[in-house]
Formats: sequence, structure tokens, C-alpha cells
Amino acid sequence: MSVDKATVAKIASLARIKMSDEELDRMAPELNNILTWVEQLGEVDVTGVEPMTAVIPNTLRLRDDVVDADPLTAGGKRDQVLSNAPAAEHGFFGVPKVIE
Amino acid sequence: MANLTELGVAAIREGVAGGEFSAREVAEAFNANVAAAGELNAFIVTTPEKALEAADAVDADRAAGKPLGKMAGVPIGMKDLFATHGVQTTAASHILEGFKPEYESTVSANLWKAGAGMLGKLNLDQFAMGSSNETSYFGNVVSPWRRNDGGNAALAPGGSSGGSSAAVAARLAPAATGTDTGGSIRQPAAFTGITGIKPTYGRCSRWGVVAFASSLDQAGPMAHDVRDCAIMLEAMAGFDPKDATSLDMPVPEWEAGLNADMNGKRVGIPREYRMDGMDQDVVKSWEDGIAWMKDAGAEIVEISLPHTKYALPAYYIIAPAEASSNLARYDGVRYGLRDLPDGAGLQDMYAATRAEGFGDEVKRRILIGTYVLSAGFYDAYYTQAQKVRTLISHDFKNAFTECDVILAPTTPTASFPLGDKVDDPLAMYLNDVFSVPASLAGLPAMSVPAGLNGDGLPMGLQLIGNAFDEQGVLNAGLALEQRAGFTAKPDKWW
Repeated sequence: MSVDKATVAKIASLARIKMSDEELDRMAPELNNILTWVEQLGEVDVTGVEPMTAVIPNTLRLRDDVVDADPLTAGGKRDQVLSNAPAAEHGFFGVPKVIE
Repeated sequence: MANLTELGVAAIREGVAGGEFSAREVAEAFNANVAAAGELNAFIVTTPEKALEAADAVDADRAAGKPLGKMAGVPIGMKDLFATHGVQTTAASHILEGFKPEYESTVSANLWKAGAGMLGKLNLDQFAMGSSNETSYFGNVVSPWRRNDGGNAALAPGGSSGGSSAAVAARLAPAATGTDTGGSIRQPAAFTGITGIKPTYGRCSRWGVVAFASSLDQAGPMAHDVRDCAIMLEAMAGFDPKDATSLDMPVPEWEAGLNADMNGKRVGIPREYRMDGMDQDVVKSWEDGIAWMKDAGAEIVEISLPHTKYALPAYYIIAPAEASSNLARYDGVRYGLRDLPDGAGLQDMYAATRAEGFGDEVKRRILIGTYVLSAGFYDAYYTQAQKVRTLISHDFKNAFTECDVILAPTTPTASFPLGDKVDDPLAMYLNDVFSVPASLAGLPAMSVPAGLNGDGLPMGLQLIGNAFDEQGVLNAGLALEQRAGFTAKPDKWW
């Protein structure tokens, strides 16, 4: 299966990465090379094989159902949460206007 | 007094504990080497004051007669993929430039608790995606090694933990942390003549490690020898409730358990790892390894890992798929870079920020991942790859009924010049052909220096063990190390 420039543009848009025409032109054959190469997996007989979900058998744990079970992620951390935000305003993350 | 920067983890710890030299003297010596090695570009930021601060605390504890930790007095390099409180953490990406975490990763916190100090944050391939350390936003790391042809060609230190490998090989740090997703500890260790181990998936907490492919990412130590790796891995590992895939098992005493006697052990040689057109120096080093294993008392058995050929293509579906999902978090809102063109809305801001912040290789992998996970293609690519992954894991399970540990080369060739493979992503991916299968199966695997090739460059041998059997891997590694007698080091030119 090969991807054309329009498909790459569509994927880039799904991935929220802006790409110029030149970048799309460059990326399309690179992605095609990689995809053609990974397609050899199609020749493996996987009848009756379950897809792997956990590489090492492990039971997922539940934390105690109490308020602030982990003090590190409990409340009262607003300033720390915002400390690396490119535009924090009035105690919130600032974003461009989303409603006209 | 010995030249302190020639010492490894065990020798420093013992010298400090015995009062032969102070932790501060050690930290000062390594800080000086770091400061003088700008040409290698191994560090993104240096933190000499952190190294001194930790050293002073160890010296004070010793003076007060308090017990010292496993890594007491050992200054280390920290791969810049581990979140360090108040110290810039970038994953070598522009999108995280300036990010100063409000928290400390579990692995780095464990190391500081054990008495280690931080020399600085080590350069790497951007988001750990690369095999030559050429995808960092902060420039290539240059290997301290050069070919013996008298040329000055700058060589790849391997990747993604290329800053870690270069720093240890150049004696800028006695040890460093690495992370391994498809070979990122073992391949750079092999390229630079040092030792590195990736433990069983789940041994080291992923909490606070910038995520690349969560089902594969695993931290581990990179150091001069097997014993140093055992010491440092003990300090790094341990159950962490903050990582859902952390192994809830006690950490074995790997250092105390070291034993190079291979009598009664079976060493498996996978026939599928013998590939057409293999580098003859690498083939020779593998044969040496087999002879050393026999000499140590092991029985050599031929084994088969029939799906080996499919490991790399499966990896290059699974890892980008997980990366495309993990890297969705970089949105220009909560942390890191924001690019807000005039009059842009929220969606435009996301797209502009990610275009500006991610490097080419990162974009390539996000696009591959997005494609293989998209509606209509998911089963053909992603589900198929996960089924193949199950088969690869079964191959290893079967093999470990016939052998205790597997011996193979770490990489298909020794290091190559920077720039040689950057224009051909596929050629670069093939570097990981021997390291990726163990990653897909979550198994412990180690690279130990085996010798120099015809160009005077290091080559590594890889040991792969059954799940949870780091001890078996370390012991076989020790048997190799004692027989390889690898003492070569790069001539200082930087």
C-alpha cells in the first residue's frame, strides 16, 4: 500500500503537524519506503495468535479509593502545574480564542 | 592518589568509604573533565554544583559515621530523558526547551538517595528516536573514538543514549543512566567500548521518564564494567506504585550474586542472527565470545528464534504507534514551546507548535504511527505487529527451555561516521536488528565490550536472559569480560 502526497497531508493534519508542500514532497517517499518494508509482516502466519497486550505478565493495580491517595498528585498544586505553561493567566492555562 | 577519573563506580565508592579520597575530590575531578570536553557535546546542561552538593553530603555522612549508600560519592551523568526537579529536561527536543520539571523521576531520585550526584544532563537522540545521536536539537554528540587510520572523521557514539556512552567512554563520568526502547543502551555501549544493561521490562520505574514507546521503554545503567552496572542497577530498580507496569518484586542483590563460573550453564547461539554479508570482524568477535563461554565452563547449544527477521518491522510499527499517542501531549498549552502565528486559532496553534518543536525523525515516526493506527489500517498494521510480537516472545520462551542465556553480537557493525546514514532512515533502523527482539519480548539484555575491529573501533557482545534473570545475564557478562580483557580506550583529542 503506498501513500501519496494527499494521504501524507491528511495524516499530518490528524497528527496536528503543519507541513509545507516541500516537506510533504520529501516525506511521502520516505514514508513509502518504511511502509513497504514493514509490510513484509503480512507474510507471517498469525492464525490463532493473540496480539500481545503485556510483555511481562502483570496485574494492573488499583490505588486506594481515598481522597488525595498520592499527595504528589493531590490538589493544591496550581502554581506548580502552571509553572511551565507558555501562557498562564489568572491561574489558568491561556489559549487562543476558541469561540467566535 | 590514583587518577580519579579513571575509576569506576565500585572503586570510587570503596575509595570514598575507605577515606582514600573524598567524594568532593571525585566530583571536582569529573566536573573538570566535563568542562573541558565541550567538543564532544555530550551534555545539554552541566550541573557541577549538584555534583559537589551531593559529594559534600556524602563526605559529611562519612565523617559523622553514618551508613553510606550503594552509590555514595559517585557522580553520574543523567540522560536528559529523566525529569530532574528544577533542572531543564528536554528529551533533546526544541519542544521541551526550557522545561524545568516540578518533580523528580523515580529512577533519578533512587540514585540520589543512594548517594550519587549529578554532573549534568546528557544529550541524546530527540525523544530517544535514533541510533547515532544525530537527531538531537542540541547538536550531534561526537564519539571520543576515532579510527586508527589517522583520519579525523567524527564517529557516531550510537543512540539514543549517545551522550551517556560518549561521557563514560571519555571519562567525563564513571557511569551514566540510559534508556533502551529498541537498543538505546546496548548499541551505544557497544559503539564506545563500555558496558550497559537493559533490565526486564518493569524493573526500573518509567515515572518521570519522558515517554517514547511505553510498552518498550526501560531504564538501565551504562558504565565501565559488569560489576559497576550491577551496583548501579540495584540503585535504580525497585517497585514504584506510580508506574502501572512497575514490577512488584524485591530487587535482587545482583552485585553480591556475581559469579563468572559458567559450569552447568547452557549458552544459546541463535542461528537466525547469522546473517548474509555480516561484517567479518563482528563474526570473529562472536566466535571469540563462544570460545570464552566454553572456557568459562558453559555448554554451547544452537537455538532457533524463527521470527527474528520480523522483529525490526514489527518494532517500527509498534514504537511509532505508541510514540504518536504519547507525543500528542505536546500541544503548546501546558508546558514547552508555543508557536502562535498572528490570528491563529487553537488548532492552528497546535499544528504550528508541533511543526516548529519536533525534529524530522520525530515527525516521521509520529506520521507512521498515526497512519498505522488510523481507521482502516489498524488491523493490517498494528494488530498484525502485536501478533508478531507474541510470536517473537514465544520464540524466546521456547529457546529458554534449551539454554540459560543467549549470546549474540550487539550490533551488525562497529560505529560509523556521523552523516553516513542520516539520509536513509531504513539503513539507520537496521542498526538495531540484533537488539530489538529482546526489547519486544521485554527481556534483560546487556552489551559487554569484546574487542576492537580492524579500524581500531570497539565491538560489543550481547547477552539476553530470561525474564527476571538479570543475574544470569550479568554473570555471563562477567565471564566474557574476564576473558575479553578489554582495556582499550580512546586517545584524548578533545
